[in-house]
Amino acid sequence: MPEPATDDPVATDAEPAAGTPAETEAPTEPTTVDALVEEVEAAPTRKLGVLGWVSIVWLVGITLAALLASWLPLPDPDRSYLEIVRVGPVQPGHLLGGDGNGRDMLSRVIFGARTSLWISVGAVGLGSVVGGVLGLVAGYFRGRVDTVVSMLFNVLLSIPALVLALSLVAVFASAEQDVSDTRKTNVIILALAIVTVPLIGRIARASTLSWSEREFVRAAEVLGASHLRIMVREVLPNVLPAMASIALLGIAVAIVAEGSLALLGVGVRDVPSWGNMIADGRSDLARAPHIVAVPSIATFLTVMALNYLGDVVRARFDVREGGL
Amino acid sequence: MTLARELGKRFLSLAVVLFLVTLFTALLISMVPGDPVDTLVPLAESEEADALKAQVREDLNLDEPLHVRYASWLRDFVFGDERGEHFGDYFRVSGRDPVSNRLAEALPVSLQLMVYSQVLALVVAIPLGVLTAYRAGSLFDKVTNTGAFALMAVPTFVLGLALAYYIGVWLNWVPPSGYVPFGEDPVEHVRRMVLPSLTLAAGQIAVYMRLLRSDMVATLQEDFIQMARSKGISDQRVLWRHALRPSSLTLLTVAGMNVGTLIGGAVVVEVIFSIPGMGTAISQAIFERQYVALQSFVAVLAILYVVVNFAVDILYAVVDPRIRHARARN
Repeated sequence: MPEPATDDPVATDAEPAAGTPAETEAPTEPTTVDALVEEVEAAPTRKLGVLGWVSIVWLVGITLAALLASWLPLPDPDRSYLEIVRVGPVQPGHLLGGDGNGRDMLSRVIFGARTSLWISVGAVGLGSVVGGVLGLVAGYFRGRVDTVVSMLFNVLLSIPALVLALSLVAVFASAEQDVSDTRKTNVIILALAIVTVPLIGRIARASTLSWSEREFVRAAEVLGASHLRIMVREVLPNVLPAMASIALLGIAVAIVAEGSLALLGVGVRDVPSWGNMIADGRSDLARAPHIVAVPSIATFLTVMALNYLGDVVRARFDVREGGL
Repeated sequence: MTLARELGKRFLSLAVVLFLVTLFTALLISMVPGDPVDTLVPLAESEEADALKAQVREDLNLDEPLHVRYASWLRDFVFGDERGEHFGDYFRVSGRDPVSNRLAEALPVSLQLMVYSQVLALVVAIPLGVLTAYRAGSLFDKVTNTGAFALMAVPTFVLGLALAYYIGVWLNWVPPSGYVPFGEDPVEHVRRMVLPSLTLAAGQIAVYMRLLRSDMVATLQEDFIQMARSKGISDQRVLWRHALRPSSLTLLTVAGMNVGTLIGGAVVVEVIFSIPGMGTAISQAIFERQYVALQSFVAVLAILYVVVNFAVDILYAVVDPRIRHARARN
């Protein structure tokens, strides 16, 4: 498989451009802060680095905890313990303290991870499949198909994403009778997936457009391979890295979107999620800030890890947004 | 000639997008599961309720086919209904309130918040971007960049709540929430808008700064900068007069195209800081299940967004000949 041309000196990314005079700096004392700063600086240089590994460890850890939440030795996230109502972190038996109802924060943040990650990964997964297929088809066949698909993406992009998701969830999941949480979760996943489709789709299309021009695709055509085979076997593997980097960023955006929806009162209610923990804790902000802080920090770390890894993937494969 | 054709194509695409966006919002009510009228008028069975329901059904043309419903919605939206109302009504047990009243109060407040935060973002990001590019690789550059990277990972609502807690509650410098119109008390207005504007601006500052820095680093290696320097022009002047303008194109486009992010952010920020703008109006409409109002709010925001993006796009093509020619070539 040919390497994509990554050594373009005039990278048009929003990244600190490589090849600046800054690259030839003298080695300084390697303090810890300096080393960390160095790491972030080094993001576009395709190395995974310490921060990359920290990000991976955090994401794997939080995912495992979320998956195994029911088997971990945690208190019931819905049970109230009178002795920890609004009590801050580091209590015997309740490491992160309790919320306004005396429910164990550690347990809730882990069960919350399950909801938040399921919603965001589900939404971006669904959006990536639909957007990826549409983008691949549009970029490969061009012409009329491309016009129609691009128009669809433009329309989806022309409603502010949060407002679109908000109105879809509001309309589908708050009919007269109270809606079950499963249905609500599915509607939120669907709404966020719809928002994701054009983001992934445009990248897939732009990437497919350039890869379809390459010699090995022409060669496959000449050899009589079917369109489907060329798309799946020749083009798709090269388009995937671009999609992956945007999908990582997309998961981060979806986690934040879930939180925003909860804050606006249309999120899931009965099971804990990072978003509804923050929304519920707002009223106790002055008295017990840790109730908001714990899920906020979890959200922040997860978003930052995803952004960082997305940047690494993007730098490694030189993903571009296409023309203006 | 090519420009005229390009403009024509753009206008056509604007028309199609506007059509589809209004179609989506117009049919929002039809997507409500079950009978939308039962949701709009949540009353127990009674003669009064039945009469109101029948009236609402009639007003919204819910018995008509979809295209008729869309056409009548669009007509009422643009030209007003028989009472001169453009945006429909809140249907309440006590009667109906025009949505336009809400809209007239809420939209200016949201626009204010967006303008404040955008100005704040540019005022902070441009000097930071220029200085980090000038001293690329220095400790200042690295710390600023790391800070910007971290700032981009802070969700709007987390930052908003953190600022409300630390600056509003803990330090007690400014009130943590609430809104005062500028006309009533300018000082209090500013005091209350500082935190929301800062919250909304923070993410943008990080993005703008990084964009400007990378473009500026590239510009500073151009020959004309070398030329200006060797003529003995001061670094200050070279940076601000010679290098900034050619480096700011991407920044300005992104700032213009950012209205969507801004609208979404404003919705959340308003709810956190209890500012009576569009976000508060939307979440209230959802809470009260006032889908006619929701429909109008979403339509207004979407149209605003589409039109602003269109204007930025056109301006950009007119201003920068390189873009114009690149497009003509495609």
